[in-house]
Amino acid sequence: MFDSIILGFSTALTLNNLMYSFIGVFIGNLIGVLPGIGALAAISMLLPVTYGLDPAGALMMLAGLYYGTSYGGAITSVLLNLPGTASHAVVCIDGNPMARQGRAGPALFAAMFASFLGATVGIIITKFFSPVLVEVAFKFGPAEYFSLMLLGLLAASTLSTGSALKGVAMVLVGLILGVVGIDINTGVARFTFDIPELQDGLSLVALAMGLFGVADVLGSVNRLGIGASIIEAKLNMRTLWRGRSELKGTGGAIARGAGLGSFFGLLPGTGGTIASFMSYAAEKKLAKEPRRFGRGAIEGVAGPESANSSAAITAFIPTLTLGIPGDAVMALMLGALMIHNIQPGPQMMMEHPTVFWGLIASFWIGNFLLLVLNLPLIGMWVRMLTIPYRLIYPAVLFFICIGVYSANNNLFDVWIVLLVGIFGYLASRLGFEPAPLLLGFVLGPMVEENFRRALLLSRGDMSVFFTRPISGVCMTIAILMVVGVAYKRLKGGPPRIIEDTDGA
Amino acid sequence: MGFILGVSVLKINKNEVYAAGLMMLIGLGTVLGSLNYEVRTLARMGPGYFPLLLGAALMIISALILASPAGTPDDAEVSTTKLAPQYRAWTFVVVGVVLFIVLGKYGGLVPATFMLVFVSALGDRSNSLKAAAGLAAVITLMAVGIFHYGLQMQFRLFTWG
Repeated sequence: MFDSIILGFSTALTLNNLMYSFIGVFIGNLIGVLPGIGALAAISMLLPVTYGLDPAGALMMLAGLYYGTSYGGAITSVLLNLPGTASHAVVCIDGNPMARQGRAGPALFAAMFASFLGATVGIIITKFFSPVLVEVAFKFGPAEYFSLMLLGLLAASTLSTGSALKGVAMVLVGLILGVVGIDINTGVARFTFDIPELQDGLSLVALAMGLFGVADVLGSVNRLGIGASIIEAKLNMRTLWRGRSELKGTGGAIARGAGLGSFFGLLPGTGGTIASFMSYAAEKKLAKEPRRFGRGAIEGVAGPESANSSAAITAFIPTLTLGIPGDAVMALMLGALMIHNIQPGPQMMMEHPTVFWGLIASFWIGNFLLLVLNLPLIGMWVRMLTIPYRLIYPAVLFFICIGVYSANNNLFDVWIVLLVGIFGYLASRLGFEPAPLLLGFVLGPMVEENFRRALLLSRGDMSVFFTRPISGVCMTIAILMVVGVAYKRLKGGPPRIIEDTDGA
Repeated sequence: MGFILGVSVLKINKNEVYAAGLMMLIGLGTVLGSLNYEVRTLARMGPGYFPLLLGAALMIISALILASPAGTPDDAEVSTTKLAPQYRAWTFVVVGVVLFIVLGKYGGLVPATFMLVFVSALGDRSNSLKAAAGLAAVITLMAVGIFHYGLQMQFRLFTWG
């Protein structure tokens, strides 16, 4: 039982891996603080850098980037009221009022400490739950994989922000883009337009950087960066550390947040955003004076942050054990694994135990590093917030171009980035979210493969998806989800959880 | 809102014409494209089957987007769609990236980086020519130091001469 923990820590604590983890969390924190750049942009920009590392180190660095940006994003959300990602929108609700009341120190300390505790709970659950899920995963055939992926894609597109129909449309566009390249079953080149570079399909890095890098730049130029000087830069290690006294009484909020987060992280297609909104709603319901919420209630910061970070950790469970990523960030992680020739799935724990357990141990080390790192560095982050966006975005564009170029040493992919970026921005102006597209793109080839195999085995009988028990359950949930969204939509109410929390 | 329902399903939501149109185009293109490949049967799918299915589904979804009643507008959509267009910024950013590609091929890493940063920086109205040139010089130096000498990237500094 404890062998795996020891193996994990002995892998994660080697000097090289510790360094990669540190680089990941440090750069992640740094990028996360900058407004307008989220986890997806950070990971896609640094993905090419990790090609040369060994798989364990590469994954630790990318995972570090992920939760590092999350810590950094919390700082920007609290101080500037600018959420970098949807999951941080909740922290703004109470974190920013706290900062305006001169309680930025306690708000940030609560966010960081709750993140750390939430992540710890997530890690413990991952430790014990992944072997269980691996057992289940071995029973999976093509029909089960197809149904579960369908459920995940539906959940990701209908439960996220924005219109459900548009989310589904973006998933479909992603699946279509995933078709480009040589069909592995027949060897026919599909949608390649006789361009040799497209034979292997579109590059994941190019697609991600276009959608989350170039499109964001197009949307933010001339708009971000004003008002960065509002904050009084009186934050330092001492004010932050003194903030711990306000944490009394948030234990329940942190624990509930961690529980909610761990659960939603596990489900395909949901994750940090939904978990943090649920946690906020729960805290508000349970509070003796719900009116404090929205006016600087510390539970409104601690609970959702704890939920967000525990969901970020448990989201790795389905990604690693089933090979099915729950959201766009996990899709990028999956892509990184495949680039290193590691096939995520039930066999991964057996075939690459050092990568698997090392990664899980590195989560804890990385989160610990972040907590320690953020205390002395808070002053630096605050100063970074004063760099205007007009100097940041040209540098971001350069990192995107050079990053995409370096992935395959060709300039063709930079064209793809540009075209995808323009499409992504156009789509977002029309109300389409880009994240479901990326998830569809990564899952596309797997969805097609399992769909074809399942129907080959059943000789074209579609009922196979409903008669096999696990698959049937997934399909039923998927149908219920569609019916639920349609019903709420027709009833006139907005089909999202988010509205519940906006009441007051 | 209940009594309008029966009618509103057939009504076209004018706000979504462009959104639905964009997706309809992609769906239609996919359907037409997939007809170039063998489709065959559900039990033995050819290379065209899956994309045909996806394209058709996307067309149905875009029709639904067009037909669905305009619900309560949500904040996220309003904030992105109602913003004034930034033609200057868009043009400079896009031209900057195109310059990186073209100069990367015919000029080398140094001119490509410099022009990308210089031109795209000018997209922001508050960046002066001097500020843009300074930023471009700093990032070019960094590119040469980190990517060419540091990471040994295969990208020649100058490809002419």
